[in-house]
Amino acid sequence: MALAASMFKGLIGLLRIRRVGSGLLRLIRSRPPLSVIIAGIVTAIVILCASFAPQIAPTNPLDLASFNLLDSELPPRWAEGGDPRFWLGTDNQGRDMLSAILYGARVSLMIGGGAVLLAALIGVSLGLIAGYVGGRVDAAIMRLGDVILSFPTILLALLVAGLARAVVPEAASPRMAPLILIAAITIHEWVQYARTVRAATMVESAKDYIKAARVIGFSPARIMFRHILPNVMGPVLVLATINLAGAVLTEATLSFLGVGMPPTYPSLGTLIRIGNEFVFSGIWWIALFPALTLVIMVLAVNVLGDDLRDRFNPKLRGRR
Amino acid sequence: MIRVLLARLFQAALVMLAVTAVAFIMFRYVGDPVSVMAREDATQAEKAEMRVALGLDQPVIVQFGKFALRVVQGDLGISFRNQRQVAGLIAERLPATLELVFVATLISLGLGIPLGVVSALNPHGWLSKLIQSVSLVGISTPTFVTGIMLILIFAVTLKILPSFGRGDVVQLGWWSTGLLTGSGLRSLILPAVTLSLYQLTLIMRLVRSEMIDVLSSDFIRYARARGLPSHYINYRLALKNALMPVITVTGLQIGSLIAFAIVTETVFQWPGMGLLFIQAVSFVDLPVMAAYLLFVGFLFVAINMAVDVVYALVDPRLRTGP
Repeated sequence: MALAASMFKGLIGLLRIRRVGSGLLRLIRSRPPLSVIIAGIVTAIVILCASFAPQIAPTNPLDLASFNLLDSELPPRWAEGGDPRFWLGTDNQGRDMLSAILYGARVSLMIGGGAVLLAALIGVSLGLIAGYVGGRVDAAIMRLGDVILSFPTILLALLVAGLARAVVPEAASPRMAPLILIAAITIHEWVQYARTVRAATMVESAKDYIKAARVIGFSPARIMFRHILPNVMGPVLVLATINLAGAVLTEATLSFLGVGMPPTYPSLGTLIRIGNEFVFSGIWWIALFPALTLVIMVLAVNVLGDDLRDRFNPKLRGRR
Repeated sequence: MIRVLLARLFQAALVMLAVTAVAFIMFRYVGDPVSVMAREDATQAEKAEMRVALGLDQPVIVQFGKFALRVVQGDLGISFRNQRQVAGLIAERLPATLELVFVATLISLGLGIPLGVVSALNPHGWLSKLIQSVSLVGISTPTFVTGIMLILIFAVTLKILPSFGRGDVVQLGWWSTGLLTGSGLRSLILPAVTLSLYQLTLIMRLVRSEMIDVLSSDFIRYARARGLPSHYINYRLALKNALMPVITVTGLQIGSLIAFAIVTETVFQWPGMGLLFIQAVSFVDLPVMAAYLLFVGFLFVAINMAVDVVYALVDPRLRTGP
């Protein structure tokens, strides 16, 4: 209980509005390059579109009654034979592509964001413990991390998603699939957070204010989450931004391979999987538009992440 | 150095044991092997008999020992789906994947190193800025999107390259190769390019940042002060030193390439191990999944070890050991 309370208070401390405000001001004053401004705007638009997909999408692609097989495989509006009702054409079931993409981006971002949050939560906690407690606990956590990192994300994620299908009977259902995907991505991603936080925690632990807190007799949980955590969060936020792009890509890849979101509740990866079957018949729009959306989304987040990383890199500070 | 090697060997053995344990758990506990293998109308007595015959009544640790022994002997069980020896299935698919990975590595090294050097020698020129931007797009584009785009351009629209399969293959003993026939080589182009792109950007960025680091170090400044010709400084001194980490990363990336080949093979219907694995996943063919895991796990451990050893041999500072 004490641990949970300390964690909660620590998080509240991180989110102090005043700090965020002054950080934003500093960001604007530092005049980021044009590419970063564009990436920021694109990211904002994507997040807004995904959040309000139900409000702005012309149709609801999840509602079977809203589309008609007679409208299937129509090209985009501007192409020959296009229908003015469907800006980006329709898929093989007569679903409006624009609506499907808006909803798909929403699913992709939710799973990617969920995976980043869960990985950060697990990784930061284990990193704090490893760095603060040290000894055998530290060795055990870090060796486990070494083993996990020696395999690529996609391999572990595929294995987890594949095994889940064998164990959980409803693994492919719209309600279970996102949870399995989040777990499959998290199993690899937490290690990076743990490594970063562990190193920073070891540096902080040696400082006087932590020694003082120990002398006062604060509990280890309180010291870890209220005193050390706020001072090691900077790199974690950078890592989270970069990993969001990676998590969205991993989710898309799993869905493309057929172990992710089902066609009835598609993410961008599922849409591309469906479209891939029609590429050979010259029906390019079903695959192309979700693919473009995915690439633009990931590219924008990557540009932001790169910029953030450079800002936090003391080696580069003088050169910018 | 021997101490370093022994420690690495011990760690590798530990990882392999962990991987084997996961594979064992998949075999033993994911679904009941008896209910999978028994006839539908088998009686309880028959099932119990089968349980004894399969050794499932013995302590878990004994079962694990026997499993590990079988794995070491190359007996990986029988595929649920097509009732064949899993080891045979993998051996059949192995050449396709390895040829794909080999050619992709050649492409990414052949293009990545020169491009990285160019952008390091003139980091503020337009060419290096262009290379940097393109590489960011490359990192943000998932493998399967690249593959679909290449198919759309070269196979569907221009109709100049095949988009699926391996083309004609030649048998050299048990190894089937597509490198000796025209259609085999043509079929290899699109998948190999697709697979190489991600690694290409990685190598390029790495060579660039290493070159920039080395070029600003003291011994290069000293060489300049001595008046040595700039091509000698750039290529003989700087590049040679910058290539050290490239060895490591390329080696480690070969493992990732085999994993990423799953995606490429799915897009291009390339009959390699990755396609075998993804089909096994969709049919919940546990023996094939477990065998793939074991095989790739072994490959990873072996590659990691090999890279460490090569590194120790190349870098004089590591040669004496701690």
